[in-house]
Amino acid sequence: MKTWKFYISIFFISSNIACSNKDETPYIPTPSPLNIPELFENNILAPIIPVNNPQTTEGVLLGKKLFFDPILSQDNSLACADCHAAENAFSDSNRFSEGIDGSLGNRNSMPLFNLAWNYDEKFFWDGNTFSLEHQAFVPVTDPAEMKSTWNQVEQKLQQHQEYPKLFQQAFGTSIIDSTLVTKAIAQFERTLISSNSKFDKYLLGEVELSPQELNGFNVFMDETRGDCFHCHGSDKNPLWTDQIFHNNGLDETFSDLGLGLITGDPADNGKFKSPSLRNLAFTAPYMHDGRFTTLEEVINHYSKGLKNSSTIDPLMKKVAQGGVSLTAQDKADLKAFLLALSDYEFISNPAFNNQ
Amino acid sequence: MIKALTFTFICFISFYSCSEDKDDKVTQANITLNFNHSWNNTPVTNMGFNTVQFINENGEELSITKLRYLISRISLENTLGEKFTLNGYNLVDVTNNSNLSFTPTNTIPTGTYNKVSFIFGFNNEDNYNNNYQDLNSASWFVPTMLGGGYHYMQLEGKFIDNTETETGYAYHAIRAIDNSGTTPVFKDTFFEVNLGEITISNDTQLNINMNIAEWFKNPKTWDLNILNNMLMPNFDAQILMFENGQSVFKLKSINP
Repeated sequence: MKTWKFYISIFFISSNIACSNKDETPYIPTPSPLNIPELFENNILAPIIPVNNPQTTEGVLLGKKLFFDPILSQDNSLACADCHAAENAFSDSNRFSEGIDGSLGNRNSMPLFNLAWNYDEKFFWDGNTFSLEHQAFVPVTDPAEMKSTWNQVEQKLQQHQEYPKLFQQAFGTSIIDSTLVTKAIAQFERTLISSNSKFDKYLLGEVELSPQELNGFNVFMDETRGDCFHCHGSDKNPLWTDQIFHNNGLDETFSDLGLGLITGDPADNGKFKSPSLRNLAFTAPYMHDGRFTTLEEVINHYSKGLKNSSTIDPLMKKVAQGGVSLTAQDKADLKAFLLALSDYEFISNPAFNNQ
Repeated sequence: MIKALTFTFICFISFYSCSEDKDDKVTQANITLNFNHSWNNTPVTNMGFNTVQFINENGEELSITKLRYLISRISLENTLGEKFTLNGYNLVDVTNNSNLSFTPTNTIPTGTYNKVSFIFGFNNEDNYNNNYQDLNSASWFVPTMLGGGYHYMQLEGKFIDNTETETGYAYHAIRAIDNSGTTPVFKDTFFEVNLGEITISNDTQLNINMNIAEWFKNPKTWDLNILNNMLMPNFDAQILMFENGQSVFKLKSINP
């Protein structure tokens, strides 16, 4: 009897070990908290990291692979990176991005950086989507973009030689679904931190600004001249955006209602999110519809080109005169300062490129 | 021997029980400030924003598109002259219907206080000696060329000007600065709002009203045709805001 029990025990122990060995790569993702830049740490609130999607090394690597992989599109021809190119600070140099069938959107691709500091978590020019994870859902099925279905994408990834293992390593399961895909992409996108512009280094005491750049900063901060700081940050807010929606006087009537289309409130018509002024050297064309190809055009708009409408922001002063009427020197200096907010290390960072 | 030990034990327990009862009598209470807003007697919320529907003392029709302001240093003084200052500050954001109620983290002893007050804005110590990450994130800072620190209030909207044109206004309150000379001249424009006497027996809510019309009215009539924008570097405009601000807050009721 004792012998029989002994053999039964050995059988179960052996089975157990065998089952354990049959398991796929164990789920041990490596925590990989964001490297928060000194100026961000000192001046603004902590980034938003969802509790159900912590940053991990495996998750970020998977997200990066997915970001650069055209497998997400219906015909395997278009990746996230095609409309969000690193050299353009993850924006598109084309006014409107081209979908897989050549169709065009109606807004300029937004640049991608410092997204974890989007405190209200409203994404896109009109804030139509809440959370970075949810944002990543949208382009895959948009008929003007990747024009795919999540069912199709999940199947392609599931049958792929590498992806099941990478999902296992990142999330503890090789069963791929859209939620995990977008979680991985969001993890990668949160690592896209830009904080090494010339102006950042100036604030850290590492470099000097030219007299022109310094005067440009003063124009930016002067309520009687540029008055840019109310909507676009300052030396105290390194995001260089208030992340709020404004009508900045582009049109008298609106072909694109912007925020108003989302809220249904006519008072929101013609309002779009203030973009960050970081990396303007790489993100042309400008405005939500990419109507301006140069910074000079942008500055001239605020100086002389404002158009009145019922929802124009009260901060758009001197509308009757077309704007704040900057001098030629102030305009040139303002441009020099704005370009000093561009981060060349960011666009060439190998961690963010498809290498 | 056992009886003696038992007696000693009972005495010990009784002593500490009495002590606890005594502690319980020193009661503490939380204070909550609820901020309501009106245009004279008409309640104002963000639901009424963006529509030209108010008329100021100078006769200008106007709307409100944004209203947020900072309060700090809530203090209570009792009849013995003791002063209790509660922790924190609050950026009331009427536009987004947020932070309309503020409960400081620390409590105060129950009792009668002959003065409850808060500071509109920051006093100079608070304004310049700290770097507030939440306020920076809310783009609430003041440019260094205007002395730095933080806004006290941002009230924005549109008004019908004397050419019948809808025009924007940005009534931004900060510490007054005159940059016209070689050395900047400052004048304090934060002010204390005295809510009067209250008795606190439990957790208490103070319902405070800001009459927005007062900013344009008392004691100086505000002319939006003249003062509508670029008011931060306007020393005289800041003094006017300071003077008119004295009468905008009133304690309306106390709960419970």
